[in-house]
Amino acid sequence: MSATATSPATAPGAPSAGSTRLREWGEMLRQLLRSPTFLVGALILGFWVFCAIFGDLIVPYDPLETDLLAVLEPPSADHWFGADQLGRDVFSRVITGSRDILTVAPLATLLSTILGTLLGLVTGYFRGAVDDVLSRIIDALLSLPTVLIGLVALTALGSSNTTVVFVIAFSFAPIIARTVRSSVLSERELDYVAAARLRRESGLYIMLAEILPNVLPPILVEFNVRLGYAIFTVATLSFMGFGIQPPSPDWGLTISDNYGLVGGGYWWTVLYDAIAIASLVVGVNLIADAVQGVLDG
Amino acid sequence: MAEIATAGAASRPARSADALEVEDLDVVYEVRGRERQVLSGLSFRIGRGEAYGLVGESGCGKSTAALAAVRYLPRNGRVAAGKIRVDGRDLLAMGPGDLRALRAKSVSMVYQDPGRALNPSIKVGNQLAEVFEFAGLARKESLDRSIAMLERVRIVDPGRVMERYPHQLSGGMQQRVSIAMALATNPALLILDEPTTGLDVTVEAEVLDLVEQLRGEFRTSILFISHNLAVIARLCERVGVLYAGKLVEEGPTKSVFNDPRHPYSVGLLRCLPRRGRRKDHGRLDTIPGFLPLPGSIAQGCVFADRCGLADDHCRAAEPSLTGLGGRATRCHYPERAPDLPRVMAADAPTAAKAPANAKPILGIRNLSKTFMSGGHAVAALRDVNLDLMPGETLGLVGESGSGKTTLARLLLGLTAPDKGSAITLDGDALAAALVGRSSKQVKQLQIVFQNPDSALNRSHTVRGLIGRAITKLAGIRGGDVMARLLELTRVVRLADRYLSAKPRQLSGGLKQRVAIARAFAGDPRVVVCDEPTSALDVSVQAAILNLLADLQAMQGVSYVFISHDLGVVRYLADRIAVLYLGRLMQVGTAEQVFAGPYHPYTEALLSAIPTLDGRQPERIRLTGEIPSAINPPKGCVFHTRCPHKIGAICEAQEPPLTEIAGGDFVRCHIPAAELPRAYRA
Repeated sequence: MSATATSPATAPGAPSAGSTRLREWGEMLRQLLRSPTFLVGALILGFWVFCAIFGDLIVPYDPLETDLLAVLEPPSADHWFGADQLGRDVFSRVITGSRDILTVAPLATLLSTILGTLLGLVTGYFRGAVDDVLSRIIDALLSLPTVLIGLVALTALGSSNTTVVFVIAFSFAPIIARTVRSSVLSERELDYVAAARLRRESGLYIMLAEILPNVLPPILVEFNVRLGYAIFTVATLSFMGFGIQPPSPDWGLTISDNYGLVGGGYWWTVLYDAIAIASLVVGVNLIADAVQGVLDG
Repeated sequence: MAEIATAGAASRPARSADALEVEDLDVVYEVRGRERQVLSGLSFRIGRGEAYGLVGESGCGKSTAALAAVRYLPRNGRVAAGKIRVDGRDLLAMGPGDLRALRAKSVSMVYQDPGRALNPSIKVGNQLAEVFEFAGLARKESLDRSIAMLERVRIVDPGRVMERYPHQLSGGMQQRVSIAMALATNPALLILDEPTTGLDVTVEAEVLDLVEQLRGEFRTSILFISHNLAVIARLCERVGVLYAGKLVEEGPTKSVFNDPRHPYSVGLLRCLPRRGRRKDHGRLDTIPGFLPLPGSIAQGCVFADRCGLADDHCRAAEPSLTGLGGRATRCHYPERAPDLPRVMAADAPTAAKAPANAKPILGIRNLSKTFMSGGHAVAALRDVNLDLMPGETLGLVGESGSGKTTLARLLLGLTAPDKGSAITLDGDALAAALVGRSSKQVKQLQIVFQNPDSALNRSHTVRGLIGRAITKLAGIRGGDVMARLLELTRVVRLADRYLSAKPRQLSGGLKQRVAIARAFAGDPRVVVCDEPTSALDVSVQAAILNLLADLQAMQGVSYVFISHDLGVVRYLADRIAVLYLGRLMQVGTAEQVFAGPYHPYTEALLSAIPTLDGRQPERIRLTGEIPSAINPPKGCVFHTRCPHKIGAICEAQEPPLTEIAGGDFVRCHIPAAELPRAYRA
């Protein structure tokens, strides 16, 4: 028949479960590397991550150093992107400006993904009253604009990077919870869940060990998409003065400080920061697209 | 390969143009940058008005051949060589316009799943009328023609069906509509790709009847693709047996099935539980090994690796398709093929019969289940009483919707039954819900699900899947788990090298072995088998049935075996219960149920099974649809379709389950002596 009899003692030498998973991720990475969308996105994101870590070492000026002689100087050989109203070098500020946003946004997204996944697993697996109550709360949260929640929370708690992380995490978690819940709803109807119940597995085990591995792909996609939104939200909050605080060279903050000057013709104080934000969001979204493409086959 | 053409054509007078002519067809698929040859040198022809069957197991290239015949291969597939002529016209030389016209007018295709072939958001009438409108008719005339077409496929109230959406129709009705659409343009060639695979036997029989009648009316040529040999035997004049992309045998259906001349055909036919064959008579034969990857065998006969007759000559030189007077086989030794040695020893251990005074392991009393659906009470199961003896197999048969799976879920505690129902395991009452049962009770009652893809967690490895069951069900921990795991995998004949594989890396048969190993991890007393072989090929099915029989003989386990395939049930079951609309219609020993006297419904079920030898008994045709469980007929639930209805009493009063012979119960008003008797001598 199908299986040729092998000696029962040959188990060692076979790859372990862990390495099988590793191989699968490796295969996914290989497929991603073949996708031009992913490569462009990774290049953009990689560039800004590099700038966030090593920016200080490569910029020509200290991004916080004011130079009264260079106030509002247009782009020149000395100041490639010009200088702002305090005479700070715009190029140096744009390059180092990714630091706060690239800490706050991924942390917030990670936290919201973990929260949302747990919430989605619980509502999707237990359904019934648990689902009804939690889902209505989620619906209520979803009906409020993120920025509004942010403003209230930040006014009440005071602005700090930590508050921004929590505000974004809590406002994104319901959205992720919904995605996870719908995947869990279809997974729980599969017979492997019934088989687990027939082994008297606990609900926690079924959620985390049986269902979670199978809903990871949509969670991964959702993480990437949310990261793009988080960057945007951080920039928006900073622009409104509730996000990252001065004297950080943060892009949103810089635009907020300088957008009044654009009317006076000092476009360079704003344009490069705006391009930087846009490029980062586009880069992250390209990666999200490619990941989704690979996972959907 | 010129001899093929002569072999095929010699028996029939030469015609100007065959409906379909495939010559030396090579099809390759490009998979991950590499080309795989899926069909090689395939040649066959279908004469006008002829029905040609193509059989073979999954992966043999049947569907590819059908898709190639309408040039509708997936994007990564292409015809590498050969000729395809439909109605005498070269298909491969056609431009896009001609090809569209051909697909619209000359060739039609009916697929396996009618529910997915019809557009769910368009009414049946509009979908059907579209075909006529496309052919250039006015709207009004198209609608009239559609109604006429539905009448021709024996739909009783076509006007009403026209106004329905596909999901409001039963599977059989949907397939009729698909066939009506396919025949609307009066095509020269109708391709049927597994058209009855998802359907119940009674519905399958109706669809086959229909295709047969329509063939007479329309003079359409048919290419019929199926893995079910009996269905092909019923319908086709000639048959081609496909193996690994090559035609290995071809000829008139009767001679190929009764006197196969290729070892693969011989093996395939032996895998089937033939009429009357039971587990006590020994195991089913199987075909050893696996289907080779397409294009992986470069030298010698493609079947040599799995063939009991193969010698060095077979491994070195590929046989050509050689004519044998009206038929052809691709074997060096066609005269020896019928003597293919058996793989499985014909005799096998049989389970020790339970002593006469044994207590039932499982007792079911007044088991009912009512679901609430949109405010309506739906009785999925009504007052079922059954006993299961230790070491016994109870077969559960009935059409879909008869309550078989509900019964399984109630037994396992996955669904709670209505109040008043009682299930006992080994004399002790079982709690309705799983959480109320003791761990001993839970591990003693396990299940093998129908679909292993759904039943095995795709994120876990085989080691994890079985190991976890051992820990939880057998209570074994630590280093002993591995020892028990290896013991289990040896019992289900699963090689150790699969332990770190994930389910999707396994074939269907291997997956089902993992599922069986898991169910047996805690030495269960009762295993519910819910259609465990319905997703498998016949040769794999045979191996799984053998395994289940072996396990029963070794461990004395009892089975509740659910299947719609009565041949399979007959092979494995000691007793059989027939369900209809949630009610038990007949229950008795397998011999009694198969030999009669029958409940009229049992009689209809049995007569619907197509047989291989073509000795089709007089068919009992059921009229009408299965009534809805929301509003079941008054009196006997079967009276609306019963061919033996005796009168008003059937409509007014539900008959009791009466004992007509020792242990054989029938729910019918007809006196035992007048119940339908054996319809075949």
